[in-house]
Amino acid sequence: MTALLQHPGYEDESLQRVAEQLPCREAQSAVLLSLMGQPQQYSYPSIFIYGHRASGKSHVMHVLLRELELPHATLSCVECVSGVLLFERVLLSLFGHEAAALLPRSASLSDFVRVYRQQCSLSPAEQTRFIVMEKAELLRDADANLLPALLRLQELVEDNVTVVLLSEIAWDKFRPNTGCFEPLLLHFPDYSKGELQQILSQDRHPSYSADFYSSYINILLGVFYSVCRDLRELRHLAALNFSKFCEPVAEGKVKETDTHKLWRNIEPHLKKAMQTVYLREVSSLQWEQMQQMEEKETGVVRGLSAHTHIELPYYSKFLLIAAYLASYNPARTDKRFFLKHHGKIKKTNFLKKNEKTSNHLLGPKPFPLDRLLAIFYSVVDNRVAPTASIFSQISSLVTLQLLAQVSHEDQLDAPKYKCAVSMDFICAISRTVNFDIVKYLYDFL
Amino acid sequence: MSKRTAKDAHLPVGECVTQVQDILRQRLCHQRLPDKPEGVESQHRHLLELLKRTAIHGESNSVLIVGPRGAGKTMLLKCVLRDLLEDKEAQKSLLQVHLNGLLQTDDRIALKEITRQLHLENVVGDKVFGSFAENLGFLLEALKKGDRSSSRPVLFILDEFDLFAHHKNQTLLYNLFDVSQSAQAPIAVVGITCRLDVLELLEKRVKSRFSHRQIHLLSSLTFTQYLERVRTQLSLPDGFPDSRFAQDWNDGVKTLCGDKSVEEVLQRHYNSSKDVRSLHMLLMLCLSRVSVAKPAIKPADLLEASRLCFADAKANMLHGLSILELCLIIAMKHLNDVYEGEPFNHQMVHNEFKKFLQRKSNSMYNFEQPVILKAFEHLQQLELIRPVDGSSAKTQREYQLMRLMLDHSQIMEALQKYPQCPTDVKQWAMSAFG
Ligand SMILES: Nc1ncnc2c1ncn2[C@@H]1O[C@H](COP(=O)(O)OP(=O)(O)OP(=O)(O)O)[C@@H](O)[C@H]1O
Ligand SMILES: Nc1ncnc2c1ncn2[C@@H]1O[C@H](COP(=O)(O)OP(=O)(O)O)[C@@H](O)[C@H]1O
Ligand SMILES: [Mg+2]
Ligand SMILES: [Mg+2]
Repeated sequence: MTALLQHPGYEDESLQRVAEQLPCREAQSAVLLSLMGQPQQYSYPSIFIYGHRASGKSHVMHVLLRELELPHATLSCVECVSGVLLFERVLLSLFGHEAAALLPRSASLSDFVRVYRQQCSLSPAEQTRFIVMEKAELLRDADANLLPALLRLQELVEDNVTVVLLSEIAWDKFRPNTGCFEPLLLHFPDYSKGELQQILSQDRHPSYSADFYSSYINILLGVFYSVCRDLRELRHLAALNFSKFCEPVAEGKVKETDTHKLWRNIEPHLKKAMQTVYLREVSSLQWEQMQQMEEKETGVVRGLSAHTHIELPYYSKFLLIAAYLASYNPARTDKRFFLKHHGKIKKTNFLKKNEKTSNHLLGPKPFPLDRLLAIFYSVVDNRVAPTASIFSQISSLVTLQLLAQVSHEDQLDAPKYKCAVSMDFICAISRTVNFDIVKYLYDFL
Repeated sequence: MSKRTAKDAHLPVGECVTQVQDILRQRLCHQRLPDKPEGVESQHRHLLELLKRTAIHGESNSVLIVGPRGAGKTMLLKCVLRDLLEDKEAQKSLLQVHLNGLLQTDDRIALKEITRQLHLENVVGDKVFGSFAENLGFLLEALKKGDRSSSRPVLFILDEFDLFAHHKNQTLLYNLFDVSQSAQAPIAVVGITCRLDVLELLEKRVKSRFSHRQIHLLSSLTFTQYLERVRTQLSLPDGFPDSRFAQDWNDGVKTLCGDKSVEEVLQRHYNSSKDVRSLHMLLMLCLSRVSVAKPAIKPADLLEASRLCFADAKANMLHGLSILELCLIIAMKHLNDVYEGEPFNHQMVHNEFKKFLQRKSNSMYNFEQPVILKAFEHLQQLELIRPVDGSSAKTQREYQLMRLMLDHSQIMEALQKYPQCPTDVKQWAMSAFG
């Protein structure tokens, strides 16, 4: 370690501990520390820190505040949607229970500032107090005065207090119409691949060598870095898949140093992980179970979407197919597709000059009920359906969110629907009833 | 450090730097009142005169202080109050009520706050009033002095004045202005606002009761004055414990302001905003770079501070996107070019991306659709793309119409700065059509 953090007013030991916990964030913590100044000195009234997810914004703030033992309140705007909760938390953290209890039932900003002023006249700040707001972008959804008031809290309460806002959204998207006290902006850049490698390698397992773990991280980044740079997510993926990586070594088949063989073993596995656990289609627990099952069955690991084909009644499947066709085919082509003895269909018959994109790019179009039924009867063919249950099946498809009922502003209008399933899904459904849907789709003629 | 033979107190450098930080942070962070505000002498005189008439002669009045953010409106008022209260008589009789539109968000809260600041909570007790006017009248009556012939003058200060105009029926404003026009009790109403069009927000009956006195703080600073202000804001006062250090520091600041590169940077700031507050932010960033090892502000510090102030946030965020996300942005750019800014959905973007992949032999970017959708949604979370208004929440995620919140040049610039951007991706971005 060369460049240690240095700052008068703080103990070297504490600064040392800070530095150890913040690899690759030396520059940012140094800038923050120099802005904060010595504990008793004033800091800028509000500081806005932005940067991508898991770029260490909260981490740096917490480590600094904790290790340097600075008075602070940390809150997440997720939990403090209402101002009242926020006021309570701040007073509680900075002044204790009695102070928080002084707030009236549905406290306003005015009450908060009054209680704050009263408390800080009783115990004047000997050091800067910090209020850290995580996920500050949510403040924009709160009461319109909350954000501007927090930004100039120092002026409003006349205390040595600094408000730190953390967000992954740039400040430009926060500024109210009539302006406000502008916070000091600080950017936390994303970690480079090398930095991610360095940070992740620190989590190494004690029973394996540092090089071994580091080569594992290298492979992991090779697979995921082009898609995901989120340190937290990568760390999670690393932990989940490490045992699989170690397997050949543990079984004595491969030596720790044989990176190439290890890579061949783990890479396909990680790619599968990208399609499943990374997408949250399976939970971490399920993924671990699947890894174990795989050893026995050597079956293919598929995403949950592939597993969960909802079992639908026979006619419901045709209804869904009809709905899909109605959603993606132009109505004027229905005759050609569904009239008996239509002869050969040529796409050029329908082509209009201004059709620039296919319907599968634009998404499903709404259709009325009678069109759905017309298509349904023609695709279901001679396998005739009892009309009565058709309507209840439609409504259960809506309940299952496979069909969406489009709200009709016009009261006179009959209800319209849209099909809400993907192409893959409908193809799978069609296969189970031996219906070749692609032949009936205008886009694929 | 050169050896000094100072006659007066000579402090260690560490001590001096701490003192410098203390003093300048009071100015730049704490917004401490200046001993004498610069460049607003006439406004100061005007306001002081007005408030004196209320405080000493018991005349009522109303006035608005209008100026852009950070122009020194609040500071002006506070300086005037400080000077006003040097007068013994004023100090004895004048009562102050400070309200802020950010805090007192409706008239009920405002009235409670007025009662509290006038220390009349006990006098009011559980009394119930028929109207706002009655309540306010009661408060003012309660302030009458022992001889009962005259009331004590009250100064009402309404910061963020424009926000009070949004209160229901503008009751508070109506009543305050009404009292200030009648001889009921001597009050002065001072509104502070950054809205130049503030009078248009007032209802007719409110407006007609306002004196129409306005004090404007429109910055007409020349660049030379601006430079001078930089110097004074950074200079140490006479009372600094180590006068030699102070002398050196102040000389250093003078040299700094004379530097060509510094002047250029300051010119840029001057062009974008002349207000003192944004200058303070710039200078604070400089000050934070002063340490025992480097007990002075150098031109390089100002350059670095300026770089931070002008940092392009969007470019910063684009730098941290994954290559997949960057590719999606490029696909959106092409769609924007082809369809002249019409909104797009995920399917279209994916399709555009696929067209790019098909032209390549290797398949390092062949991701499953859900992985791409996740990347797409991340871009939405970052607000780099935004759903078109009114595009129904019922639409499937893939088909929701979106707009790109970046323009052509921002994307191209981001691409240049993107670390290790693959050449084929760069070429794709630069090709005229997807
Ligand atoms: N003429 C001046 N001389 C010295 N300092 C000044 C001057 N004008 C403004 N300042 C300083 O600039 C800072 C901002 O001023 P102030 O808070 O009064 O702005 P404001 O007009 O009230 O802004 P807002 O509309 O956001 O409330 C203060 O620190 C103040 O001391
Ligand atoms: N430089 C670092 N060294 C070690 N761990 C880090 C570092 N930066 C971030 N982390 C870890 O990554 C996770 C995400 O960081 P966090 O600070 O919460 O990100 P942000 O607030 O920017 O979204 C946390 O668990 C944190 O401990
Ligand atoms: Mg965070
Ligand atoms: Mg102000």
